Amino acid sequence: MFGEYSIGDLGSIFVMQGFAGLILFSVYVLMALGLAIIFGQMGVINMAHGEFMILGAYVTWMTSNAFQHFAPMLFPVYFFVAMTLAFIASGSLGMLVEWALIRHLYKRPLDTLLATWGLSLILQQAYRSVFGAREVGVELPDWMMGSWQATDSIQIPINGMFVMALTTLITIVVAYVLFWSRWGRQVRAVVQNRVMAGAVGINTEKVDRYTFGLGCGIAGIAGSAFTMIGSTGPTAGQLYIVDTFLVVVFGGAASLLGTIASAFTISQTQSTLEFFLSGSMAKVITLLAIVAILMMRPQGLFALKVRK
Amino acid sequence: MNSGPQEQESKVMVANSRFFNRSELIGFVTLALLLIVILPLALDIFRLNLVAKYLTYAFVAIGLVLCWGFGGILSLGQGVFFGLGGYCMAMYLKLEASSVENTKIQSTPGIPDFMDWNQITQLPLFWKPFHSFPFTLAAIILVPAFFALIIGAAMFKRRVGGVYFAIITQAIAAILTILIVGQQGYTGGINGITDLRTLHGWDIRTDHAKLILYFVEVVLLFGCILLAQFIRLTKLGRILVAMREQEDRVRFSGYSVANFKIFAFCAAAVFAAIGGALFTLEVGFMSPSFVGIVPSIEMVIYTAVGGRLSIFGAVYGTLLVNFAKTSLSETFPQLWLFGLGALFIAVVLAFPAGLAGIWADYVQPRIDRMFASRRPKSGNGWTGSSVADGAPAE
Repeated sequence: MFGEYSIGDLGSIFVMQGFAGLILFSVYVLMALGLAIIFGQMGVINMAHGEFMILGAYVTWMTSNAFQHFAPMLFPVYFFVAMTLAFIASGSLGMLVEWALIRHLYKRPLDTLLATWGLSLILQQAYRSVFGAREVGVELPDWMMGSWQATDSIQIPINGMFVMALTTLITIVVAYVLFWSRWGRQVRAVVQNRVMAGAVGINTEKVDRYTFGLGCGIAGIAGSAFTMIGSTGPTAGQLYIVDTFLVVVFGGAASLLGTIASAFTISQTQSTLEFFLSGSMAKVITLLAIVAILMMRPQGLFALKVRK
Repeated sequence: MNSGPQEQESKVMVANSRFFNRSELIGFVTLALLLIVILPLALDIFRLNLVAKYLTYAFVAIGLVLCWGFGGILSLGQGVFFGLGGYCMAMYLKLEASSVENTKIQSTPGIPDFMDWNQITQLPLFWKPFHSFPFTLAAIILVPAFFALIIGAAMFKRRVGGVYFAIITQAIAAILTILIVGQQGYTGGINGITDLRTLHGWDIRTDHAKLILYFVEVVLLFGCILLAQFIRLTKLGRILVAMREQEDRVRFSGYSVANFKIFAFCAAAVFAAIGGALFTLEVGFMSPSFVGIVPSIEMVIYTAVGGRLSIFGAVYGTLLVNFAKTSLSETFPQLWLFGLGALFIAVVLAFPAGLAGIWADYVQPRIDRMFASRRPKSGNGWTGSSVADGAPAE
């Protein structure tokens, strides 16, 4: 399969496909981060995670339209406002859902799966009724268009680089919040021993609600970033949900580092294979490999050593 | 809230010294009357064929009662087995429909039309055995069972369960769909295998054939119900329940937990495959839209609505949800997804034991009281079947 390409071509192909993989990696990481917090830390399976992401995407789309109409001179920076709004919208919807639905189901993880699936159906239909069934795309400001010519044969799109920078920043912030802030310590305490955490004065219900909200808010940011590289439709979230769950499970549910490592492996494998095979076969082979590895090593790549 | 299904379970489990207790016998007879007498008399052949289509999902739902309700193993990949059974049947029917006389106009006569469209000139190797009817019948059972055995053995032997199992089965459903859609030349792609005509020389498209197929299906359905009931009452069924509640205790008592789980999963897979094969016969085609994530999870909701612990409930749940789906999506297409979503949430939050639970909590006690009031009361006022059977005293 490598026969018809020269060594130099192959190098460029790997770099460019590698970069395409890095963009996929960024989206995976952003989606998986939220899921890793919700699933890895709280043990809740949120099948509506994709729909929280799509909410972020629609908020971004609305913000971009609003800026175009009312404040065209500020258009180049609308994206930062949109991202904040997406975080707030998805996060508050997440907190509402936690209050109305999830908190009743903490002891029944399989049932959260069914209930959040129902929620995802409702949200999808709501998006379809409000925004229409057609996919929408946002207009990028000029400075995000175009690409950077690294060498003669290697081109790297600027919006891709922006998404990657964003992903790095958010990952650092999440890691900081979870592992070094006071609130993050509370979250981890509640996860490890809910009763004890309550006994030492942590308001576990509040911590749960904010944790779920944070996870959903990050999904909103993921959706916001998603609009820069693709268009958004009501059912776009469902396309990513299985992949994202596999990313989290493959990485080892409770480990942020594992999530990042597995997102990297999966996205790179997929995008490199995509160049040589058809898209569907690349995906089949990647997913099969993950499932096979998970059957051999069910705890994922990076497992926390916990005494049970 | 958590105690809903278990409480109901304990009532059901304890009262079983016979194959069917009184209420189950009534349930069995009612269902038989409904499916064999009332529905065929009341509905025209088009509607009856719709019922037949819904009932194919009931096979999956019964399998899920065994595997999820009793065994506690939630599989989100039942569509895979439904599809495997359906595709096995469809391959046989398709080969019969694409005989050399029927496909004279193709560039390669004698192979299915979609292969011809995809420039395939020779029948692929894995299609060849499906010329034989006995092989097809065996494959419908054995292929999904073998597939479930591999998945189950790989997962349960390593003590992967619960949520992880659900996610991985879901991923397998996704993989199989992508594979079927992608390999258009071998599988018919997104359209599936269509234009099926005869089964062993017998035209399956006539109204008469549809009526006969319906009754064959109902007989098979009752066969599966009896089999599921039998499994439930044997020691195996009790170990499944014990395992769901206290897996470690069962393991420490010396049972191989993994093997019981593998059995339950394989049984559910075989039930689903029978349903899939019948679906192909009833509806006349098979496509990847019955394999993927969405249909698989819808099959779970049929079981959940009917009551995950009730075999009869699964059948009623399937019929009800599908009737609601058809009538709602015919009249208000937008409302259907809202309704389905709300149904998921309501069942999980408010009625974890589904219709069967509502029946057992609200309707059954009234019926019992009606019967009891006619009988002379025994000394201290306990009705015959409360404390002695271990039911909680109220």
